[in-house]
Amino acid sequence: MERLILSEKDSVEINADGLFYKDMNKLMRDTVLANNLTNAKLTNVYGQRYIGTNMDRSIKIQVYGTPGNDLGAFMNGSTVEVFGNAQDGCGNTMNAGEIIIHGSAGDILGISARGGEIYVKGNVGYRVGIHMKEYKEKKPVLVIGGTAQDFLGEYMAGGILILLGLGLKEGEKHKATFIGTGMHGGVMYISGDLDKRQLGKEVGQVEMGDNDKQALEKYVGKFANYFGYNAGELLNRPFAKIIPTSLRPYGKLYAY
Amino acid sequence: MLSTLLPEFKVERDDKRCIRCKVCVRQCGFETHQYDEEDDEIISSEEKCVGCQRCAVMCPTNALTIKPHDFGYRPNANWSKDNFRDLARQAESGGVVLTGSGNDKPYRIYWDHIVLNASQVTNPSIDPLREPMELRTYLGCKPDKVEYDPKTRTVKTEMPPQVMIDVPVIFSALSYGAISYNAWKALLLAAKEAGTLCNTGEGGWPIELRELSDRVVAQCASGRFGVDLDYLNAAAYVEIKIGQGAKPGIGGHLPGEKVSSDVSLTRMIPEGTDALSPAPQHDIYSIEDLSMLIYALKEATHYEKPISVKIAAVHNAAAIASGMVRAGADIIALDGIRGGTGAAPKIIRDNVGIPIELALASVDRRLRAEGIRNQASILVAGGFRNSGDVIKAIALGADAVYIGTAALVAMGCTICQKCYTGICNWGICTQDPYLSKRLNPEIATRRLVNMIKGWSHEIKEMLGGMGINAIESLRGNRDHLRAVGLEQWELDVLGIRGAGM
Repeated sequence: MERLILSEKDSVEINADGLFYKDMNKLMRDTVLANNLTNAKLTNVYGQRYIGTNMDRSIKIQVYGTPGNDLGAFMNGSTVEVFGNAQDGCGNTMNAGEIIIHGSAGDILGISARGGEIYVKGNVGYRVGIHMKEYKEKKPVLVIGGTAQDFLGEYMAGGILILLGLGLKEGEKHKATFIGTGMHGGVMYISGDLDKRQLGKEVGQVEMGDNDKQALEKYVGKFANYFGYNAGELLNRPFAKIIPTSLRPYGKLYAY
Repeated sequence: MLSTLLPEFKVERDDKRCIRCKVCVRQCGFETHQYDEEDDEIISSEEKCVGCQRCAVMCPTNALTIKPHDFGYRPNANWSKDNFRDLARQAESGGVVLTGSGNDKPYRIYWDHIVLNASQVTNPSIDPLREPMELRTYLGCKPDKVEYDPKTRTVKTEMPPQVMIDVPVIFSALSYGAISYNAWKALLLAAKEAGTLCNTGEGGWPIELRELSDRVVAQCASGRFGVDLDYLNAAAYVEIKIGQGAKPGIGGHLPGEKVSSDVSLTRMIPEGTDALSPAPQHDIYSIEDLSMLIYALKEATHYEKPISVKIAAVHNAAAIASGMVRAGADIIALDGIRGGTGAAPKIIRDNVGIPIELALASVDRRLRAEGIRNQASILVAGGFRNSGDVIKAIALGADAVYIGTAALVAMGCTICQKCYTGICNWGICTQDPYLSKRLNPEIATRRLVNMIKGWSHEIKEMLGGMGINAIESLRGNRDHLRAVGLEQWELDVLGIRGAGM
């Protein structure tokens, strides 16, 4: 198979088999810039890191296989669709754009993200959404179809994190404990069974408002669209809204 | 609750000199001085005074003398004034005692026990006023060998990215947010004019200041405040901050009061919320993870910029530094126990970490022993006060020196250590517009440039005295150093001999 196929529709297909990540990412970037492309398709991806990181223009990237760590790190506007599972650090310090994962993702998904949206069909690992932040209208959004491991939304300073719990069996609770430990901004919406003791001590559950419903309709709607679910059915499930009890969790720690 | 704290400073007002102009009343952000209209008298509440000397400097008639209060308790070598005060503050509040600036405890300052060599008779010294003297330094990974093609007269080896500085002194990480906009702008302008660099700290880089200069080190710390592709690509090099000498092992909490609307824009967080920098970088729990972030940043900057990793100098600094270099760091920065801070728990500032001199010597030796010293430049920080400290550090193996407190002092700081309060009468470490406008960025720039200029001359004089005409000939050249008053183990760590030997 050829390494590189340019199609007429502003698109390139790169066979990543055996390519070092640095060379693969550079090849994609150079080809996209040289030919003014808007689409790239990477096939036979086996653990190559930092896909989308070096793109300073917004393009659409399709990834077939298993991308490596830090997928979409620092990404600024591109869309990455993964037909497989993502590893750790996906969306690390992402600024804008979208990542759609037709599978599961590893630890620290969306770490320190400042913007952009990430949709994961399956489950996610530990410390997902850690230290996401927001500024005015600029908010990162994570929508996770399955469940998450411990420390979900730890240190969260902003953004929206939606956990749907679709894979959970009848009566089965979410995996995560210490949810929202150190959280001091942003909001989580969690559907599926959850015990109060699974929450960290800095967060609490509050009533949903109209704004919350609008946000859920928008992002759960997109999730349903990407992964072939019925949006109405997903939205009819009960959601728990989790927010921090203080914007300054450590304000009283010091002797002035 | 009755406070058992005695005032730290005594305010003496010469009533014959005082003209009741009330300058002192207006200048003190801590509200030490109050004017009593009825009695036409100025009353000073000494317990509020922090000893910053702003009022004394501004007093037009020199009527004020501020001096440390005679501590009236029975003298006790174990229970010092600081121990008393801190314990009282905790008994009254139950909190962690905060402080600002660098460690003020009498740990041995090795620079003061190291002396430099000079040429006498057998080798000529060089007069820098007549002869060219090279302080230029290149930061970044140097290749193991350089291949030259004599036919085409070109270097065949591909050179990793380098950053040039005209003088081996860089303004250390001082974040906008911790220090005022004017202070940060002055550092930026001075760095450009003096041919060196300033470091964003963790506070981001205001957009409008990016057009003024690219002589900036963009820090990527655990909070990732203000970090995006534009920020990274605008910088001279990018620095991953793992730790800081003033508070090794812990993160930072910029209190909500300091997160003004401008600070919130630069950091991209909501106004008035605490800016929490977690203790670790949560994507780095190992050398392999560190490597992952180093190369993420290289990808993000298209392999065009060196990547630095900064750690606090701790017991295993040499082994960690070796790992950092192997992880792909082009520059490693070490911050010693005397390094400054805008705010840190005092117990940590005063007790955690090791002196920079020992860390530098052991890291330099370790990297040489492993044959990888060329792969990274070494920057050192933590309490550098003058050009003598700088030149000794270079002879001990450093490529360049980060200065933080010295730069603040050049701008007017008097090291009162109250940076954590958000009040700074000198307009440096505050976001209060009434106070921060006291610092004129143009004048502060001039003061900083003057300092660098003075230090450059002094370094050239000392180099010339040793018969050396380029700073790189001194790098790691311990033969030019001798120790006075140190123990054998200290000489062994530093890799230098005692004076007279």
